[in-house]
Amino acid sequence: MSGYKVQDSRLHGIKNKIRVVPNFPKPGIMFQDITPLLLDPKAFKDTVDLFVERYKGKNISIVAGIEARGFIFGPPIALAIGAKFVPLRKPKKLPGKVISQEYILEYGRDCLEMHVGGVEHGERALVVDDLIATGGTLCAAMDLLGRVGAEIVECACVIELPELKGRERLNGKPLYVLIECFECCDSQKMKEENE
Amino acid sequence: MQTSRLLLCSSSASSSNQLLLFGSAVTLTLPSCLRFPSLSLTITNSTSSSIRFNSIRSTSSQMASKDSQDPRIARISSSIRIIPDFPKPGIMFQDITTLLLDTKAFKDTIDLFVERYRDQNISVVAGVEARGFIFGPPIALAIGAKFVPMRKPKKLPGEVISEEYSLEYGTDKIEMHVGAVQTGERALVIDDLIATGGTLCAAIKLLERVGVTVVECACVIELPELKGRAKLGGKPLFVLVEGEGA
Repeated sequence: MSGYKVQDSRLHGIKNKIRVVPNFPKPGIMFQDITPLLLDPKAFKDTVDLFVERYKGKNISIVAGIEARGFIFGPPIALAIGAKFVPLRKPKKLPGKVISQEYILEYGRDCLEMHVGGVEHGERALVVDDLIATGGTLCAAMDLLGRVGAEIVECACVIELPELKGRERLNGKPLYVLIECFECCDSQKMKEENE
Repeated sequence: MQTSRLLLCSSSASSSNQLLLFGSAVTLTLPSCLRFPSLSLTITNSTSSSIRFNSIRSTSSQMASKDSQDPRIARISSSIRIIPDFPKPGIMFQDITTLLLDTKAFKDTIDLFVERYRDQNISVVAGVEARGFIFGPPIALAIGAKFVPMRKPKKLPGEVISEEYSLEYGTDKIEMHVGAVQTGERALVIDDLIATGGTLCAAIKLLERVGVTVVECACVIELPELKGRAKLGGKPLFVLVEGEGA
């Protein structure tokens, strides 16, 4: 965040509610825990309001949220801007017909799925998650929406770990975040393991 | 393909619920400890005003009369999609993702819960992973309550408490953060659907173990044949829609 911009006063209260849990889920990772934010009704409301103010009136008809923490932030945004909510899920959770997108993990691969038929060609979409790290999951989410002809307007996250350069993996699509966290992880170690 | 559904707003202990399904004219009364705005329902045996659905259940089961049902319920109910044989043969899965694609139905769903709970001094909305995460936060935000996620093991970082519960084969666990809630707080437990009630029962126990009062469990859908309502330790259950059991 540029020192020249005037920061929205709500951001301070939001940042204070993010708890860092060391060595979770494994050694070297400083986990950014958003659950204390959810325990503060004002800070949670401010978080949602900041996204809603940005996206209301922009003709966005789809908010896609990534399981599971994207399910917490996506629906309130969707409801406030009058958009559909589309859950993007781990394999075998969504019933009925789905499309899948594989993505690379530290060791091995994972897969994200979306329902067929929920999104129409040309619809304008947001992708929401609590945090962007390496950008692998968001990239898979964008691929899924792109495959059914949606136009990705922006990816929106509460937190970014800029040292992991996830922003560069979004195929040129813009990213909007509320909080940046530097030196939040052993980023060198994570980068190596991700290569 | 739609199976039949009872459309009603139902909040009662299990014994009164039996009256609703097979009854003559019944008026729901709430226990004196709970005073909610009037979403009570009268179900009658009259043939002319009731709505009939194709049903493979007993023809004596009565549907809510059109007059007394909240007009938003019909659209909510019809927006829920049934997927046969998911996740395994014989299960008719109640899929709420189609409800989330209907902006009016989704908004109405949240509004129905918010209208019921906003003046009830509830400070905690606990949502069960993962579909409880979709309905819980909008309700929490609207009534000014905290949102507390109840998760599968090893997902929550930091100190947690766990509660085990039975599955058809084996057991599972849900977890909650230590310190998320305080003794004496009043809580709702939210999930998209109640089937056997095992998960909701575990969620109630977790909250009660730390001294929280569970005011009510709230779900979009109930499968009454699975009798989950009776497993809630006497806690009331409020649902918008009923569906056929597994």
